Amino acid sequence: MSNETTFEPRIVAFLCNWCTYAGADLAGTGRKQYQANVRIIKLPCTGGIDPLFLIKAFERGADGILVSGCHPGDCHYNSGNYHARRRWNVFKPLLEFCGINPDRIQFSWISAAEGGKWVETINSVIDAVRVLGPFEGYQKINAIGPEGPGEGFAPSSDTTGCECK
Amino acid sequence: MIEALRKKAEELLKNKTVSVVFGYGEGSTPERTRPVFITKPEEVNKLTWNKYCVYNLTTYLKRQETRKLGKPAIVVKGCDARTLIVLMKESQIKREDVYILGVSCDGVGDPLAEKCKACDVHTPRIYDDLIGEKGENKELPFDERYAELDEYENLSEKEKWEFWQKQFEKCIKCYACSNICPLCFCDRCIVEKNQPQWIDPSAHARGNLSWNVTRAYHLAGRCINCEECQRVCPVDIPLNLLNKKLAKEAEKNFNYRPGYNIDDELAMSTYNEKDNQDFVR
Repeated sequence: MSNETTFEPRIVAFLCNWCTYAGADLAGTGRKQYQANVRIIKLPCTGGIDPLFLIKAFERGADGILVSGCHPGDCHYNSGNYHARRRWNVFKPLLEFCGINPDRIQFSWISAAEGGKWVETINSVIDAVRVLGPFEGYQKINAIGPEGPGEGFAPSSDTTGCECK
Repeated sequence: MIEALRKKAEELLKNKTVSVVFGYGEGSTPERTRPVFITKPEEVNKLTWNKYCVYNLTTYLKRQETRKLGKPAIVVKGCDARTLIVLMKESQIKREDVYILGVSCDGVGDPLAEKCKACDVHTPRIYDDLIGEKGENKELPFDERYAELDEYENLSEKEKWEFWQKQFEKCIKCYACSNICPLCFCDRCIVEKNQPQWIDPSAHARGNLSWNVTRAYHLAGRCINCEECQRVCPVDIPLNLLNKKLAKEAEKNFNYRPGYNIDDELAMSTYNEKDNQDFVR
């Protein structure tokens, strides 16, 4: 952490292409403001999200994760989100059992029409993780050994701004 | 019981019903047993059965070396028989390709293995021949079966993290846990794939958490808690706690016990529209 006084959480959001990503897009075109702590990863469907993606995000320095897709019944591929929900039902308790705070890994259904819900949800995830503070447990592990923290999702001195050029 | 087992094995080998018998043999000391692979009828005296027959022999069904031996008869306890059901449901073996020698079992290990303390399959739920007396299997209540977890679930978040980090720290990535597991049968494990490298294969603390969590997660709704991973772990990580936690969640949420009822659909390859979603915003 470069600046301990102003901790800005790094949130990774795994969004499904058809619903939540479009919902986030709608929030943008609707000029709705939300905090810029989130890095969005667009995937075809929540059903294609291997829980390993989520562990990897933590491993590479994420403080919190949001996974979001279509409401049940609305999946573009009919049943992807139902299968995903099954996985989350066992994966989330497993992480909690290992001592990861449930607020660090959250799930939601947000449709393409729910730009407002996206803003609300992502703001509340960011706020919750801000209260929890950095995910020191994992970041300490990363710092062990000669390799140091993993490359890729490396913490930069400016964690607030979007790095798009 | 041993006599009955040997006689049956001899008969099966003599009339060529099977070409090999996977069973337990005497080990180097009286408190040990080792797996034996018997191909000749005159060798059946090597077979034994006692309370030290802790292992789950079904793991040999996945290995090339033992698969080459031809159609096997396999000695299984009630718990091991559940593995067979999972393997059949997952299309790894066909029912007719294995001859099941079930043994009724009152618990193994000295002291009694943890898995036996809340056992409700003393008589295998699937077999071709049963050696020993057929007992009544009474399903134990949910809470009793998962009582082992209470102590760990009641820890605070910080204590849990510290407990597991201390455990995972010991991991030397020998992969004994997945090699012994009868249900870890992928030809190429995710940890062996390096483009991209999802799991750091070195014994670094970072990769240890991903590996151990992923290994357990890949057994969600499949593991029958034979505790073999935990038994073979050279650094004594209580791996079965993770497996058991997942089994508990799968049963709580999907009302599914792996390998228990052969007609149940596999938990993780199906879904129900009414699945729990209290945690989804």
